[in-house]
Amino acid sequence: MKICVLVKEVPDAAVQKRIDPGTMRLDRSGEKNLNPFDTHAIEAAMQIREGGAIPVEEIVAVTMGPDSASRALEKAVSLGADRMLHLSDEALAGSDVCATGYALAKLLESESPDLVLLGQQSDDGECYTIGAVVADHLQMPSLTQVIKIDVNGDKLRCERQAEYGYDTVEVELPAVISVGDAINEPRYPSLKAIMGAKKKPKDKKAVGDVGIEAGKVGAEGSQTTVIALNPPPAKEAGEIIEDEDTNETVEKIVAWLDERKLI
Amino acid sequence: MAGILVYALHDDEGNFNKNSLGAISEAAKLAGEIGGEASALVVGDIADDACASLGNWGAAKVYRAKSVPEGLAQPIIDAMAKVIQENGISYALFGGGLLGFEIGAGLTARLGAGVTMEVTAVKVQDGKLVVERPILQDSQIADVGYVSEPGIIIGRLNAFDAKESGGTAEVVDVDVELSAWSSKATLVQRGEQRGADVNIEDADILVGGGRGLGAKEGFEQCEELAAAMGGAVAATRAVVDAGWYPYAAQIGQTGKTVAPKLYLAAGVSGAIQHKVGMQNSENILAINKDPNAPIFEFSDLGVVGDLHKIVPKLTEAIKAKKGG
Repeated sequence: MKICVLVKEVPDAAVQKRIDPGTMRLDRSGEKNLNPFDTHAIEAAMQIREGGAIPVEEIVAVTMGPDSASRALEKAVSLGADRMLHLSDEALAGSDVCATGYALAKLLESESPDLVLLGQQSDDGECYTIGAVVADHLQMPSLTQVIKIDVNGDKLRCERQAEYGYDTVEVELPAVISVGDAINEPRYPSLKAIMGAKKKPKDKKAVGDVGIEAGKVGAEGSQTTVIALNPPPAKEAGEIIEDEDTNETVEKIVAWLDERKLI
Repeated sequence: MAGILVYALHDDEGNFNKNSLGAISEAAKLAGEIGGEASALVVGDIADDACASLGNWGAAKVYRAKSVPEGLAQPIIDAMAKVIQENGISYALFGGGLLGFEIGAGLTARLGAGVTMEVTAVKVQDGKLVVERPILQDSQIADVGYVSEPGIIIGRLNAFDAKESGGTAEVVDVDVELSAWSSKATLVQRGEQRGADVNIEDADILVGGGRGLGAKEGFEQCEELAAAMGGAVAATRAVVDAGWYPYAAQIGQTGKTVAPKLYLAAGVSGAIQHKVGMQNSENILAINKDPNAPIFEFSDLGVVGDLHKIVPKLTEAIKAKKGG
């Protein structure tokens, strides 16, 4: 089977993120990285391949984003994907969840995958939603926040935590599954894999190449609009102690607890 | 178009979810301002009385899709899309929870609708709904509006309070034909409880353990500290999923919501999914070795350091103080 893994380039976790007040979009300049949750999706694809219960011919890393996003694809390839697919077009800038999900679905349609995997959320947006949007466009069954995948014949047996405890769900292929970070421990890429990543096949597509209607994407095609940005309600900043001498630190903590009658 | 539709989630015994009831109350308030009524969608064979009782939280009408199973999103997307389209409903509103995210996202694709998520408040501007959505680790609040109707609003856990208004809803049965792909996922088991049944909701003092504990054994320190303080131990989703601690002790998006007098977070990063379940604690004390951990943004006392050094000494100090 063919597995497509959706990946995304996000600002590095250590970089202070800010919104560009002009466009009201996330300022995406500065250090970037592959969304950490997506590394778990690639690892899940690799484990299905290595598990051997179902033959996996190809793992394709798929992204939508500006030229710089190809670095996220290369990282994905260094972690085990065979090929890269990059949807990049100025017409896509400013797409909201509805528009992004539509564009990704059209891109994936051109690949006819048997399984689409992705991280359950992105470090920059904290949405759990893209997987389910893509699935409905592709008319595939879908499950999000999955923490265990077992191949069971031509179905996947998945586990996840929902509102009332752990659910076990059987999903027929083709399907769209988003995974949580508890699903696996992603491997570290070898130096050879990192060096070889740039040489792996990379396809670049524009909106017109995969039948995306330009009117349905970008800021113009989006169904939501950011009206204003405000600071959160002011909250008194907490006190911070750096632990240098642990006995002293503990004394301070005990005094703090005592003052509030918590001991 | 008018009206707001809420998905009313229920457990296997037919008890409605508290966050769904909150969303119904919120929808009733908003519908009063924009015109139209609040309605709820219930799936499964839920009795007339139980459906009608949603009126007590503000629903004027309850659409019941008896043949649609509860627990997986896609059949419910079919049901909600049908009710929204046939009744010209303007907005769909979800309380916090995993299914709400999935159903809301699916409706976005199905109806070409705008969606917002992790919403903490909804207001009315020029007769339309505008949501407040915290972004960038809650460092800014975006006001987001909808270009077209319907609009999909996915609330953050505990964003909306359930308010009893004392009414009875009209119950309307709807026939829903499921999409071909909606029956390709099957719920084998729902709501499995893993690990011991522990009670964290009644404790005045909670010691919460996260991945920073390093290993399952790290919880022993939390238990000793909690015992010394007369409290209980809670956990984050990451460590529960890893099998370090029982599910019943989990706080957050898919766990419990707590508000103790003291929440002492040991090795907890403070992800939004955890924050929503404990941010109303009276006092929050966090110990974490990462000075950039988000939990320091909302703790009253933050200690940057190695919890493995600090927690045992703190336990001894508290024991000594109590003994003395």
